[in-house]
Amino acid sequence: MTTTRDKFGRPIVVVTGMGVVTSLGSGKADNWKKLTAGESGIRTITRFPTDGLKTTMAGTVDFIPVEPFSSTDLSERLGEVAAEEAIAQAGIGSKNDFPGPLFLAVAPVEVEWPQRQELGRAIGASSEVDYDAMLRVSGGGRFSQYHRRFLFGSVADHLAEKFGTKGSPISLSTACASGASAIQLGVEAIRRGEADAALCVATDGSVNPEALIRFSLLSALSTHNDPPEAAVRPFSKNRDGFVMAEGAGALVLESYEAATARGAKILGIIAGCGELADSFHRTRSSPDGKPIIGCVRNALSDAGIVSDQIDYINAHGTGTPENDKMEYLGISSVFGERAKQIPVSSNKSMVGHTLSAAGAVEAVFSLLTLEHQRIPPTINYDIPDPAIPFDVVPNKARDARVTAVMSNSFGFGGQNASLILTREPV
Amino acid sequence: MTETKSSNPGGVEVWITGIGLATSLGEGLDAHWDALNQRRINVDEKNFAPYIVHPFAPVNFDTQIPKKGDQRQMEAWQRIGTYAAGLALESAGIKGNKEILARMDMIVAAGGGERDLAVDSNILNSEAKGNSAPGFLNERLMNDLRPTLFLAQLSNLLAGNIAIVHGVTGSSRTFMGEEAAGVDAARIALARIAAGQSDIALIGGSQNGERKDLLVLYEFGNFNLTGKFTPVWMRAENSGFALGSGGAFLVIESRAHAEARGAKPYARLTNVVADMARRKQPGEVKATLERLWSKVGKLENDGAIITGATGAEPATSEEQAFLGEHPGFAVRATGTTFGHTMETQFPLGLALAALSISRGKLFSPNDPSGLEVEMSTPPTQIVVIGAGHWRGEGMALVEAIK
Repeated sequence: MTTTRDKFGRPIVVVTGMGVVTSLGSGKADNWKKLTAGESGIRTITRFPTDGLKTTMAGTVDFIPVEPFSSTDLSERLGEVAAEEAIAQAGIGSKNDFPGPLFLAVAPVEVEWPQRQELGRAIGASSEVDYDAMLRVSGGGRFSQYHRRFLFGSVADHLAEKFGTKGSPISLSTACASGASAIQLGVEAIRRGEADAALCVATDGSVNPEALIRFSLLSALSTHNDPPEAAVRPFSKNRDGFVMAEGAGALVLESYEAATARGAKILGIIAGCGELADSFHRTRSSPDGKPIIGCVRNALSDAGIVSDQIDYINAHGTGTPENDKMEYLGISSVFGERAKQIPVSSNKSMVGHTLSAAGAVEAVFSLLTLEHQRIPPTINYDIPDPAIPFDVVPNKARDARVTAVMSNSFGFGGQNASLILTREPV
Repeated sequence: MTETKSSNPGGVEVWITGIGLATSLGEGLDAHWDALNQRRINVDEKNFAPYIVHPFAPVNFDTQIPKKGDQRQMEAWQRIGTYAAGLALESAGIKGNKEILARMDMIVAAGGGERDLAVDSNILNSEAKGNSAPGFLNERLMNDLRPTLFLAQLSNLLAGNIAIVHGVTGSSRTFMGEEAAGVDAARIALARIAAGQSDIALIGGSQNGERKDLLVLYEFGNFNLTGKFTPVWMRAENSGFALGSGGAFLVIESRAHAEARGAKPYARLTNVVADMARRKQPGEVKATLERLWSKVGKLENDGAIITGATGAEPATSEEQAFLGEHPGFAVRATGTTFGHTMETQFPLGLALAALSISRGKLFSPNDPSGLEVEMSTPPTQIVVIGAGHWRGEGMALVEAIK
């Protein structure tokens, strides 16, 4: 008889449903096909004027229309699409009745420029526009929909209602590690025995002018605008930044016991989660790499495995000079000489950096890697960085035996999170 | 919706061993205790008129955030929170204790998004004067936004700043979602410790209520208290909340961890439960509170309630109806004294509950309506309630350690 608990006596947490949307397309099938074909979803931005911007491309999701557009509405819609796919695959619960809590990774919500400009128009050209004037026209119920829309909890509120998740839904942000954190919260809830199932969703539809400019002002973005599909160059010597992108990933997590009891197909195991915060700087990693090293080690020890058992690393791999260097330092410190042999690829070379969604999007891709025994490439890898001697699975997907994957996510504010995903319980 | 399962189903006992408060009433536990018992309220009816806010009482930020460079990288909400977090660590006796801080977990309930009002206003003014060329917005934002403003806006950067300034690095999680974020921060941190997933955690939040951009968001929904200040229980005719300013942080840890390091507890955090009613029918908030009440723990009849009731309707009237069915409990509404600190209101309630238990007295009522009454006996059980102005209901049980 198979045990339903891991070597630490905790319920084993399995994945029974997955959904994904990225700039490559909607759904696992389309994404996997393009991802393993080495296609890029990065394109020149057409959503808004890019005059005067240093970066004019992004991995936008324009094929899922949202009217009127706001980043929060798009985030919500992308989260819905991914969650629908995941729940349908899991075949769990019934319509509008998901039997567990929602953990949602979502970008911080805020009133956006179109709404601010609407207030400006409501004030009219005859009087000075300032926040006092904006306050004067904001009340009376005329804009009540914007209160509902721009509460931080609004996306989780709507997804909880649509899918009928149970209890208080949690909206979380650990910056670019948010997607991994959402999965970690689900894993922990199931391990505690609080829930038999959890819906973990991570979504981001942030490509709007101010968000792009904010990253641009921090010199974080690539300016390789032409051709856009060659912009993201993780681990290459000529990498120059990340590329903003949109997307969502969703996973239905269940205890092994609950999943097998209802005869669900098990797609993979979340064997371990690790985290560790960095106190060095708001946007930079500690130069000694200790927080990343500690995070990776925490994930391995949480899974009860050693680094030799990892066959593939799904890198954070943003393509910023800083991240990729620090990721190599962290991985090579833990994996030693094996760091040069183990395949390490960056999905972001193709889909861009889906920010709050990235950890979950890449967890889905890691699980698809396990399912198909095929490693997606790092594209745009033409000029290797000799300081980063990873096997980055350059430019072409590769068939390989993969039983355990490590997926890393790092973010502003000293956020580090790593997941260990396996085919079978370890 | 069924409520989330109890966050401490008979697991490890969890103590509150540190409290950090910096609010409109001042900083530190003694200052808060005195102000509460003197029924002091710090409210500003003029500077944001007709809106009312509770301004942050000035502190010397240098004492908790020694580097000016760090202070400059933050907006007010982050400075307030980082300051209060430092007070909590100090109160728990672990400030600067690298061994503990390096493995200490952190869950922060955060808003964010503090705007540069001048930049926004200038852009909108230019647009009103017909400046609508494609790329105008881009050009202005590229030139006018301070590059570091983004970091002062990001929700998770309060936790990030606490890590940088105080060295809390075991983990760093930020929950968003208004009032419920504060409830869930406590709920999840408690559940993790109770289940042995964590030994010690810093939880809390902060808000700067002196923000016109925040007033705009709540004005969309007609939630701001306007005109003349009234206590929370007397706002039926003129409902709404006055935004509050403050940071409230707590250190919670397993009893074994606290005892091993010789830490003195303020109180026990026995349980936190939460739910989210859809609020489509009248009475859903009241029914949800009743259900949470039945789950929060075994309650004696002479306890107290500290509620974060906002003054927003219909939630506050429903909560009042719920309270009416539990007349044995002395009630205090933090909203009257502190205003509405949103994500921070529930941690604030936890802090005041633990403080009251540690002082052997419930602080004075501050309510001419008569709903709040004196409590003459030392409280041994205090239920903390948080019903969000729009969504989210939560409840905690804070108890004396016998």
